[in-house]
Amino acid sequence: MEAEVGEESRELNNNVMCQLADPEGTPLGASMYLPQSVGTKELQQMVNKLLNNEEKLPYAFYISDQELVVQLGDYLHKKKVSVEKVVTIVYQPQAVFRIRPVNRCSSTIAGHTEAVLSVAFSPDGQQLASGSGDTTVRLWDLNTQTPLFTCTGHKNWVLCIAWSPDGKHLVSGSKSGELQCWDPLTGRPSGNLLTGHKKWITGISWEPAHLSSPCRRFVTSSKDGDARIWDATLRKSVICLSGHTLAVTCVKWGGDGFIYTGSQDCTIKVWETTQGKLIRELKGHGHWVNTLALSTEYVLRTGAFDHTRKQYSSPDEMKKAALERYNNMKGNAPERLVSGSDDFTMFLWEPSVSKHPKTRMTGHQQLVNHVYFSPDGQWIASASFDKSVKLWNGITGKFVAAFRGHVGPVYQISWSADSRLLLSGSKDSTLKVWDVRTQKLKQDLPGHADEVFAVDWSPDGEKVASGGRDRVLKLWMG
Amino acid sequence: MGYKEPPAFSYFGLGFRRLSFSGFRFSIDRGVAERGSCSLKQLLRGCVCFNGSQFQSIVLCLSSTSIMPQGDYIELHRKRNGYRPDHFERKRKKEAREVHKRSQVAQTALGIKGKMFAKKRYAEKALMKKTLAMHEESSSRRKVDDDVHEGAVPAYLLDRDATTRAKVLSNTVKQKRKEKAGKWDVPLPKVRPVAEDEMFKVIRTGKRKTKQWKRMITKVTFVGQGFTRKPPKYERFIRPSGLRFTKAHVTHPELKCTFNLEMIGVKKNPNGPMYTSLGVVTKGTIIEVNVSELGLVTPAGKVVWGKYAQVTNNPENDGCINAVLLV
Repeated sequence: MEAEVGEESRELNNNVMCQLADPEGTPLGASMYLPQSVGTKELQQMVNKLLNNEEKLPYAFYISDQELVVQLGDYLHKKKVSVEKVVTIVYQPQAVFRIRPVNRCSSTIAGHTEAVLSVAFSPDGQQLASGSGDTTVRLWDLNTQTPLFTCTGHKNWVLCIAWSPDGKHLVSGSKSGELQCWDPLTGRPSGNLLTGHKKWITGISWEPAHLSSPCRRFVTSSKDGDARIWDATLRKSVICLSGHTLAVTCVKWGGDGFIYTGSQDCTIKVWETTQGKLIRELKGHGHWVNTLALSTEYVLRTGAFDHTRKQYSSPDEMKKAALERYNNMKGNAPERLVSGSDDFTMFLWEPSVSKHPKTRMTGHQQLVNHVYFSPDGQWIASASFDKSVKLWNGITGKFVAAFRGHVGPVYQISWSADSRLLLSGSKDSTLKVWDVRTQKLKQDLPGHADEVFAVDWSPDGEKVASGGRDRVLKLWMG
Repeated sequence: MGYKEPPAFSYFGLGFRRLSFSGFRFSIDRGVAERGSCSLKQLLRGCVCFNGSQFQSIVLCLSSTSIMPQGDYIELHRKRNGYRPDHFERKRKKEAREVHKRSQVAQTALGIKGKMFAKKRYAEKALMKKTLAMHEESSSRRKVDDDVHEGAVPAYLLDRDATTRAKVLSNTVKQKRKEKAGKWDVPLPKVRPVAEDEMFKVIRTGKRKTKQWKRMITKVTFVGQGFTRKPPKYERFIRPSGLRFTKAHVTHPELKCTFNLEMIGVKKNPNGPMYTSLGVVTKGTIIEVNVSELGLVTPAGKVVWGKYAQVTNNPENDGCINAVLLV
């Protein structure tokens, strides 16, 4: 008996040669012998020590893309990983804060007289705006969950809205090709309608706060094939980026100062912003490019604001804070771009490195409508018309998991600020919250009477807003 | 001939009146002489009778200037003497009256003539309207259409034509109504009837080959999976295995592509219920096919696996069954 126990204890105390590595592959420290009884807590302590972190940051560990949740020994035994070779354990920093999953509809606010086409929280999460087919933009009060302002002025459906990264301006684009800049505190237009585009606006993106503060410039894309850079203070179009032969479906202003435009002519063009010259053309897709996403997108959208809810007084302070956040997030790696297309595939690009795609992400059985990087840049989520949401590794582009549950095409997705939860809205009128760690459905949010066109998770993680064809705006809380 | 060729003397007469008396030429059309409508003597006699005093000399030449089509005479005169003084005014006024004349014709023409005229006139009117509209289109760019339409969709759905749900609903209602009435809207409503002697071949049996009660079916048949023949002594209808088919080439009328689908059964043969029960497949027969590979789904979410199709060819001639899906 004793001998057996001894043998068992010896087995348990068998050491495994392990090497810790960060997501990009660079090893951390030397390879070392770790007992098999070690678990995530011990590994976290080790990583924190090796990285000399002042505060204990949480990490998640992955062995060959599978998350390590149990003790190392059990894991190896289950997966039958050989103990002869060095086991590489990849650590990924997790957000310090944890967002609660939303599970109830706290209010249904009516107000729009036509379908709600776009919904956006301000970067600090204090304000909410929505654009609709009744040509109005409405601002909603989050504390009382009632309508705040109704901004009229557009002549046709309001297709896109975008907040500036400092939260001081709201721009909306309509189906007749005109843009209007609003002051969100009063709900009044900041000037006249900005005209220039000849067909409807498909996307709006502001210049990141760390590049210029206070926020002045934004770029818009339109069906007429060109993208325009506008100045909100001068109230006119400064540069016109023409080059695409068909409609430009999406536009993103990157953190390194480049503008990326994806178009129906199957190409993505990279432009520089001082003169509007074309720098690169990324070819590869076989059909329309529907959507683009940048790895630093969430940080660019929120600017200087983060979960600590700190308020900034001067634009310079904001710029500094935004730059700090951006650098933290970006690290040393180049900015990554993922594009989703009608040819059912997505490409992962590193536009500053080469014009050839890094990975081709196949697997969807219908067109990919929306792609979104997680706020920490570790994951890519893609929503497709084949009723599934797929999760991919944000750095290598490898497929991780598919979330099935919707019974209609999935239109839009949104991440929670801690990158642990993913929200999807679909044509079948439900929203679903998926857990990234367990790769399963966390919460089903039915309640809408018709298709859900737009979803957004507030950057402070408290609320989710969704709007659709049934003309009401629903706010969900945890 | 559009004009009556005048006899030879009137040529002369005309020629004489038209020309000023500075001398004239007349010619004899060889054709006229050949045809023998009048002999040369006659011609000369005629000529002499008509203008005895003025007759100076006769120049016979075989050119065709004096016997030419009517229009040419007119042209010739115009070349020599110019237009009539009032020609242009008369022309202008005649053309102005044309409009009233046409209108009068349009109002008074009766019967088939009137209908044909009205049809032509309408076609002209439509064409005129189109050209006017085309001219009115200006090349300058105008502002974008300002009407706010119903059914707002977000930007990612704008260039896509999504089937409206209302359409799906009304389709199901229509289907239900049709099923109730028992009427189907088929692509081939009428087919040529097949006679019994064409369908069956008499098989003589018995020791002396006198019994003639057996029949062999000469058309394509469909027998189910679990089909077993009756004992050969008692089977009246013989279905040759060479003419038995299980699959049909079914075309989807909207997708315009053809699938090779398994048959489930024969629903109705237009030639009669007997043929339906025998499983005979001729042109116009409604068959049921297994469409599970098409992936059709009802609005409720159930998967459709059987649908009706109508046969469009003569399978016994072609060796295959071609059908059109009834959607």
